Amino acid sequence: MVFFLQNIINALQWGSFYAMIALGYSMVYSILMLFNFAHGDIFMVGAYIGFGVATGLVTLSATGFIALPGWVILVLTILLSMFLTSFVGMIVERVGYRPLRDAPRASAAITGLMIGIILETGNLALMGARRVSFPPLIESVTYNIGGVFVTNKKILIVVVSLAFMLALHLFVQRTRYGMAMRAMAFDFVVVPLMGVPVNTIARLTFAIGSALAAVAGILFGLAYPVLDPYMGIVFGWKAFVAAILGGRGSIMGATLAGFLLGFIEIFVAMIFPSTLRDLIAYSIILLILVFRPHGFFGEPYSARLRL
Amino acid sequence: MQLSVENLRVSYGRIKALHGIDFHLDKGEIVCIIGANGAGKSTTLRAISRMVPVEPGSRMTYMGQDLLKHPADRVVSRLGISHVPEGRRLFGNLTVLENLQLATFARKDRENIPADIDRVFAIFPRLQERVSQKSGTLSGGEQQMLAIGRAFMSGRKIMLLDEPSMGLAPLLMLSVFKALREINQREGTTILLVEQNARLALQFSSRGYVLENGSLVLQGNSAELLANPDVKKAYLGG
Ligand SMILES: Nc1ncnc2c1ncn2[C@@H]1O[C@H](COP(=O)(O)OP(=O)(O)OP(=O)(O)O)[C@@H](O)[C@H]1O
Ligand SMILES: [Mg+2]
Repeated sequence: MVFFLQNIINALQWGSFYAMIALGYSMVYSILMLFNFAHGDIFMVGAYIGFGVATGLVTLSATGFIALPGWVILVLTILLSMFLTSFVGMIVERVGYRPLRDAPRASAAITGLMIGIILETGNLALMGARRVSFPPLIESVTYNIGGVFVTNKKILIVVVSLAFMLALHLFVQRTRYGMAMRAMAFDFVVVPLMGVPVNTIARLTFAIGSALAAVAGILFGLAYPVLDPYMGIVFGWKAFVAAILGGRGSIMGATLAGFLLGFIEIFVAMIFPSTLRDLIAYSIILLILVFRPHGFFGEPYSARLRL
Repeated sequence: MQLSVENLRVSYGRIKALHGIDFHLDKGEIVCIIGANGAGKSTTLRAISRMVPVEPGSRMTYMGQDLLKHPADRVVSRLGISHVPEGRRLFGNLTVLENLQLATFARKDRENIPADIDRVFAIFPRLQERVSQKSGTLSGGEQQMLAIGRAFMSGRKIMLLDEPSMGLAPLLMLSVFKALREINQREGTTILLVEQNARLALQFSSRGYVLENGSLVLQGNSAELLANPDVKKAYLGG
């Protein structure tokens, strides 16, 4: 039982990473009918930007010029990195996707792959091959709750992720920008007839997805401090799986599917040797998809996406 | 002249849909364009709304200023030219109210929006009963009302209507056209109506154009067109 609870906490943590990245995938996919295969690498870039900002603030703090407590640095790192990473997303949209809006979908998909490679190798060129390590920022505390060990970082990761997911949900449901996003997911051809500037909405979608990926990157850096330029690839694929599994246009779906992935992975590893983890976990997910080809909560959309 | 269109040419790839048409709208008029399937009626409206690119040499002005310098969203939000597209194209995943609100996305006069929504409900009381229903589940007639209401919310200097009578029972059709006339008279909204139902369109409008295979072949007073033997033969069933 204790062992079981222990694993639930781990699953929630990994689910948080997957879900936060899956949201960006899912939003872009539902609004622009486009797989942004560079998104995993935006997570990586977000983690590095977070590393840069955090290291800078820690250094500044160490000079004694302005001594900031670790949690203040963490909050500032998250906010600043979200801001900076959102620009990376907007540039990717402007350079890589807007010119290809009317191109065959396959062309848009390979741009994503190319931008991903550019981000990875660009990072390699900039930072060199060495791995960098994320500053700890907050001291690890382990609580023993009836034999279950929980670290403050794990709690932080899950709580912060859930807070951002809730904020995104409210944004999409309650604001007119969110409403425009939902309308675009249904039928983007006629959205301009409502006076909505679609390019602005597309840019905003990329910005939000990238900012969330940055949060995931920083939280990941807190838990697993070693960063490398290729860390986004596997995360990207898994988040992509979660986004599709969740169903097109569904924020709730992408979130739940992200957590489901976390749970399946952790619980498979609980029973089977860890080398078999992904083999078994993704066979299960393949099976789910066979029985629910539209994912969990695919929103309806107009079949007529043309004039 | 509120809207002037000169030498409007549009192609879809190699298919030429409009071969250089000229027409105009005066403020507060109700004008119709009638024509058979594939004549280019919808294309004409899409060109004004900047939903399809026009070929070089085409000219369109709104109150004397170049309309072609505005992208599609600004034709609505800056010039106030709204468009009820063919097949209504509501956002089926949004509620009735959300569809109306979305159409106000770029409006600067946000304080007037609640009163405008009330006016839509006054014109179409059936929509009010269904404010929080998803628009995808409305009946065909209700969807048409919402499509018109949405256009009303987004801009009402000119309304472009693409076959509003399509799929409506005669009684409902009459009430939709009554509502359109009310909007025209109360707001001074210019209406450009495109219809296959030529009799209805000519009875409702004051002027009309006849479009055939991408060219305007006839124009005039609606009453005259109704009496014209060629129009009678081709569009009014003899
Ligand atoms: N998206 C498109 N791609 C290619 N050709 C098109 C497209 N839309 C329209 N066309 C062609 O352009 C011509 C004019 O079409 P349009 O839709 O304007 O006709 P219409 O007068 O509105 O007809 P209807 O009464 O059937 O709605 C037709 O020959 C049509 O096949
Ligand atoms: Mg048509």
